[in-house]
Amino acid sequence: MSYEANLRVWRGDADGGELQDFTVTVNEGEVVLDILHRLQATQTPDLAVRWNCKAGKCGSCSAEVNGRPRLMCLTRMGTFEPDESITITPLRAFPVVRDLVTDVSYNYDKAREMPPFVPPERDADGNHRMQQIDVERSQEFRKCIECFLCQDVCHVVRDHEDNKPAFAGPRYLMRLAELDMHPLDGVDRRRLAQDHFGLGMCNITKCCSEVCPEGIKITDNALIPMKERVVDRKYVPPTWLGNAIRRRRQ
Amino acid sequence: MADLERHDYDVVVIGAGGAGLRAAIEAHERGARTAVVCKSLLGKAHTVMAEGGIAAAMGNVYPEDNWRVHFRDTMRGGKMLNHWRMAQLHAQEAPARVRELEDWGALFDRTPDGLISQRDFGGHRYARLAHVGDRTGLELIRTLQQRTVALGIDVFMECTVTRLLTADDGAISGAFAYRRDSGQFLAFRAPAVVLATGGIGKSYTVTSNSWEYTGDGHSLALAAGASLINMEFLQFHPTGMVWPPSVRGILVTESVRGDGGVLKNAAGNRFMFDYIPDYFRKETAETEEEADRWYTDKKNNRRPPELLPRDEVARAINSEVKADRGSPHGGVFLDIASRRDADYVQKRLPSMYHQFKELAEVDITAEAMEVGPTCHYVMGGVEVHPETAAASVTGLFAAGEVAGGMHGSNRLGGNSLSDLLVFGRRAGTAAAGHAASAPAAALSETALAEAETAALAPFGRQGGENPYTVQHDLQEAMNSLVGIIRTAAEVEQALERIAELKVRVQALTVAGGRHYNPGWHLALDLPHMLRVSECVARAALERQESRGGHTREDFPGPREEWGQLNVLCTLFGDGIGLHRKPLPGMPPELAEIFEESG
Repeated sequence: MSYEANLRVWRGDADGGELQDFTVTVNEGEVVLDILHRLQATQTPDLAVRWNCKAGKCGSCSAEVNGRPRLMCLTRMGTFEPDESITITPLRAFPVVRDLVTDVSYNYDKAREMPPFVPPERDADGNHRMQQIDVERSQEFRKCIECFLCQDVCHVVRDHEDNKPAFAGPRYLMRLAELDMHPLDGVDRRRLAQDHFGLGMCNITKCCSEVCPEGIKITDNALIPMKERVVDRKYVPPTWLGNAIRRRRQ
Repeated sequence: MADLERHDYDVVVIGAGGAGLRAAIEAHERGARTAVVCKSLLGKAHTVMAEGGIAAAMGNVYPEDNWRVHFRDTMRGGKMLNHWRMAQLHAQEAPARVRELEDWGALFDRTPDGLISQRDFGGHRYARLAHVGDRTGLELIRTLQQRTVALGIDVFMECTVTRLLTADDGAISGAFAYRRDSGQFLAFRAPAVVLATGGIGKSYTVTSNSWEYTGDGHSLALAAGASLINMEFLQFHPTGMVWPPSVRGILVTESVRGDGGVLKNAAGNRFMFDYIPDYFRKETAETEEEADRWYTDKKNNRRPPELLPRDEVARAINSEVKADRGSPHGGVFLDIASRRDADYVQKRLPSMYHQFKELAEVDITAEAMEVGPTCHYVMGGVEVHPETAAASVTGLFAAGEVAGGMHGSNRLGGNSLSDLLVFGRRAGTAAAGHAASAPAAALSETALAEAETAALAPFGRQGGENPYTVQHDLQEAMNSLVGIIRTAAEVEQALERIAELKVRVQALTVAGGRHYNPGWHLALDLPHMLRVSECVARAALERQESRGGHTREDFPGPREEWGQLNVLCTLFGDGIGLHRKPLPGMPPELAEIFEESG
């Protein structure tokens, strides 16, 4: 059944903007992204929205719907009352480019800082051998579609721009955990995780896990185990003693 | 042009999907100064949508498998219209391309021996697809993305190339582009350009393709003087979602059938048994019992007809729906719920489970899905040299979906991801080699000024149409008149509509400014979409037979004389010219493969 929905969409750019009211037709089964496309096609052809797959696989159409970080392609209109006003705003943790499009380069900068994967030599027959049970831990984190909703919601940076240089955010701390649990990787990134990427700033409020559209248990399965590994490295007596001696020599 | 952002590279790769990133990695490793230019953010390319897997005859599950069997399956799937040398290189090199992904961090599902696991797919004789659940494309794109970043390759995200630039002698000299966020222009000077821009599906209403699939690479190649081959062959994937309307066309992976799912009509019959063509009869099960035994005993049983190549299955579904034997929303039923337990389905098909749950409120472990054909892939593309991926224009290379020839008249599932890797790498090698020997020509200031004027033209017009209306009308025309089943009369009608749309595009008006303006971007995409749609329609009218992804109701069945011919499109003034070109002859040692027992 079709109905007319009330939409409040933030429009503007880096210099400022405002919520604008629109009335748009909604048909059965549609998602928020469909409604924005209809708005583009009929009322606001220059409305800036980022999207690609429209199937929850690419992580492009991230925005805040009634204040909650969401993928607009997976937010069904049916979850709202027909007479409810739906407010759509850009991700708050990133600078606005225009309308619902934000500058997400913070994330790509953090990705560039990541020390890459380093594999061992292959077996004599040219294969790497790994057991399914061992690859599954990192596979969970590789489901990440880089929608950056976890980065957006994380309170360490959401309202604290000044923390960004020292804090990589859940997505990249999870990437560190993914590499740490990768059966083939040969690099120890635990010190970097703490000192450079700011793992210690995470105080496990689990907001990131709550908004993850892939249902990845970011906090429980990646960040907490990673924190434990960092602690192991720091406080296992021989490591601690070795580091202490090294520091004294310097 | 003082405010133009200018860059110098050896190799510019357009597109950041599997083929583009693989080409860039190779060109960089061979010492070329390399840039990737892509319309979206890095990691969002259409490759991310690929679900099932990467076809490669690694023999991890069936040691009997080898490149000759893969080559044979590929050629037969393409109804022998593939370029034999591309199909051969693809089958030979795919295993090495998959293995190197593991060196870059990819984590495929494993066999009990710890090797890369391989799954069944339509048209492949053995379980051959390396996979990660049903999100293999994501794994591929992320692995290549992380490798690209680790190597420090320059990536120009959210930049759209509007023109290729050529020197006086016709060779490539660079590319002209705009930044989507600011609307500012860029000029790249480079002796080698690799096109890796993907497909054309956005010219259809019902498609699995994203907004990026506007055929811009095909169109840029034509404008630079290259020819397109096999453009009449479009793959309608048999299983797209059909309900609710807003998700119509979104892909439902073939792995559902590879893992045991079957197709049923409204009466509950497995109708695919009624649609087995003679060409595949010898290798297809005749009874449901034999088909069901095949999943566990492939030696003594033949494959279920649900796993025939995609063109066969799509046509069968189309016929069932037309005969009023379809599902409530105009599709058929795809049922894995009654055949596999819920744990298995969730483990093997997690993203399908998620997709149906989120978008259609259907639990695929408890009920059947409704599915129907969706425009998915263009077999046609830039005519390239098989070894180097070089187009006929000096300095221009093409790899992946934008290139033609590899898949003939129909692509097998899983052969796309392997195609990206094999020919992406080859294009990167050849582009770097070319750049090392060819100096970069100076860019013509006149050509740059012209490109800028053309890009800004829609802002200068008043009172014209909205680009979204024109796009909608093009999609309707192509979907209804040059779709899965075609007739001369309908295709001619489509050509008339395209001619009208070309006039309307000249008069489009764009609202707003240059900063991140999707209406403006669409206005610049539309001429590409129209040019490529015209190629599809003209080639479809030319080929008077039915083969693979081209079905003519007025010329049913394949014809021998057409089995020896490719149709080529070139730009001819503002229109499209056609040529027929004989297929390259296959050497006897390969031809023998097809005489071996089926």
